[in-house]
Amino acid sequence: MINVNSEDLNRVEKKDLFASGHRACGGCGQALAARLVADAAGENTIACVATGCLEIFSSPYPDPNWRIPFLHSLFENVSAVASGVDAAYKALKKGPVNIIAQGGDGSTADIGFQSISGMFERGHNVLQICYDNEAYMNTGVQRSSFTPFGAKTTTTPMGNTTRKKNLPIIAADHGIPYVATATVDDFRDLQRKVKTALLINGPKYLHILAPCPLGWGHTGDLTVAICRLAKATGLFPVFEIINGKVTNVQKIQEKKPVEEYLRLQGRYKHLFKKGVPVKAVAEIQEIANQNIERFNL
Amino acid sequence: MLKYLEGSHGVSQVVAMCRPNVISAYPITPQTHIVEDLARLVGEGKLDAEFINVESEFSAASVVLGASAAGARAYTTTTSQGLLLMNEVIYCIAGMRLPIVLTCANRAISAPLNIWNDQQDSMTVRDAGWIQLHAEDNQEAADLHMQAFRIAEQTFLPVMVCMDGFILTHAFEPVDIPEQKEVDAFLPPFKPQNIVDPRWPRGIGLYADPRFYMEVRYILHRALEKSEMVIKQVSEDFARTFGRQSGGLLKTYKIEDADLVIITMGSVAGTIKDLIDQLETEGKKVGLLQICSYRPFPRKEVYRVLKDKMNLLVIEKSISLGRGGILGSDVRWSFPRTEKKDRKISCFVSGLGGRNISINDLRSAVEMVEKEPVELEFLGLNPDIIAERDL
Ligand SMILES: Cc1ncc(C[n+]2csc(CCOP(=O)(O)OP(=O)(O)O)c2C)c(N)n1
Ligand code: SF4
Ligand SMILES: [Mg+2]
Repeated sequence: MINVNSEDLNRVEKKDLFASGHRACGGCGQALAARLVADAAGENTIACVATGCLEIFSSPYPDPNWRIPFLHSLFENVSAVASGVDAAYKALKKGPVNIIAQGGDGSTADIGFQSISGMFERGHNVLQICYDNEAYMNTGVQRSSFTPFGAKTTTTPMGNTTRKKNLPIIAADHGIPYVATATVDDFRDLQRKVKTALLINGPKYLHILAPCPLGWGHTGDLTVAICRLAKATGLFPVFEIINGKVTNVQKIQEKKPVEEYLRLQGRYKHLFKKGVPVKAVAEIQEIANQNIERFNL
Repeated sequence: MLKYLEGSHGVSQVVAMCRPNVISAYPITPQTHIVEDLARLVGEGKLDAEFINVESEFSAASVVLGASAAGARAYTTTTSQGLLLMNEVIYCIAGMRLPIVLTCANRAISAPLNIWNDQQDSMTVRDAGWIQLHAEDNQEAADLHMQAFRIAEQTFLPVMVCMDGFILTHAFEPVDIPEQKEVDAFLPPFKPQNIVDPRWPRGIGLYADPRFYMEVRYILHRALEKSEMVIKQVSEDFARTFGRQSGGLLKTYKIEDADLVIITMGSVAGTIKDLIDQLETEGKKVGLLQICSYRPFPRKEVYRVLKDKMNLLVIEKSISLGRGGILGSDVRWSFPRTEKKDRKISCFVSGLGGRNISINDLRSAVEMVEKEPVELEFLGLNPDIIAERDL
């Protein structure tokens, strides 16, 4: 069993391994998350990155901002590439080393889904991280299978009509030893989860809610507030699944109506006609309520 | 030691002796016997490597990409639909200069579904930046793998060894399998250059904006051109070490005083040589030019050997639909502009989807060209089938 309370795990790390000078938008949740992940993982880490905003804002030739080894190949194969790195380290009897495969929700939940499933099932020693900004941001805010119900994207101009795919549960059902969700406002919790995951040999999955000011239609200074509301409404449950058991569920201290969360974001503006919520808002509230019940938030 | 074995096993045994660190492949006919045998060798502990069973060819190619970027000698094998599925990664591997070796057990492409041999699959990725070497027989297929790892690791270019599916992969022939110590002497351990390693943090696979992209592609193109020299040297060194000619840029047969030269790649060369011998007894002078290195295409060498030959006949197992013969175009391009005019290059698309290319088919092609050169012909078409469908 992992000792979740040790001092090391709970320390907030600041090492600048994902250094300043990248090209993300101000307030980008993903840029913040990537820094927290790199600093938590430390120098002995290989960052494999899928195509997407993170790759584009962090790895232009000749001046990437990574201070740990960085490997990029394509949009949909980061988990297989990381599997190859893992295989090489085993074959060459090198290491141990932290191998992190990371990308957006598109590369994780959609086009790279098969590759991730394969990596989990084969049992590679890889931490898979999804920076969930709920759409394909790099190509101009198109819908992904993580786009929430009601949200407007450029390919769901009337609002998305489907619900988010539940990848943490699907990941856990592969029988992998560690799954967790986190948000970028809580540095300590996010970094503790990265460190916890890296202590475990085998495949791990960390799902991070990473607001995108550009795609969600909010100012950069609201990234943290929006994360807190995502949790307080029940729309984004934060928990761990260790060896198949859901644990460490973050309880809601003061429950908020989803309306408060939605009203901060341009992508939900169409749900309020002249300031009055339309029917879809009730359905989003229903999704939040179901989460609260299911995870006992 | 001379062993009587299946073409696939000649390849798997030699690949194993090349000591790859990581093997990843996905089964597809007619490549399966190669993967199965390598899995067995790893499973039985006879080969110290990681064998990664993946869920698709896309991942197989991606696994060897990652492994190679981490400093491993990496190997994969596929064919047909598998190679097409890998396509995006294939380009990436070359662009990232990863010296991976891939065996392509050449097979036709859907639709219609067809598991038999032609060379359309490897043709579709001819522009990807890989070296492509074509084997004539099972001995050469086995030998080329030893050479492939050396060429790849010397040039930092990936190498695809192409062998005709079934015709070679499933044919039993005596193959001289070397001793492990001979292979070790011929193929030094892999010394990777740019790898992902926390001791030397660096970025691999960065993106290049319009200021840099063209230069990277130019350098890759030049690297392929320059690899001609390495392919030649490695083949010569192989001949010195093992006492037989395998690989290289091209091979010729009875070409010196030939009036007509047939040009081809792969296993059909054997049938063509038989025909040439037959025709010789009938007083006809026909020669053969066999392309071993299809990419880089040895333009200068082709020109050198064909300079005085005005009548050429290309037998090729692929087609650029809506355009015609592909190998034929490469041959035509090998001549300086001023020398193209009077040269007759007849192109025969042959053996698609495993259609047998008999010695009589080839004879009819020669006779046709002797009468009058042709632009593009399909060898051995059945007119009855076409009459029904061709509207
Ligand atoms: C095979 C392929 N299809 C499409 C694209 C175009 N593309 C690049 S990034 C991207 C979206 C990325 O979305 P996500 O993974 O959510 O990352 P984000 O940019 O939102 O962080 C798309 C569609 C591509 N690079 N490759
Ligand atoms: S578009 Fe969104 S995810 Fe991409 S850099 Fe900007 S804020 Fe970050
Ligand atoms: Mg996204």
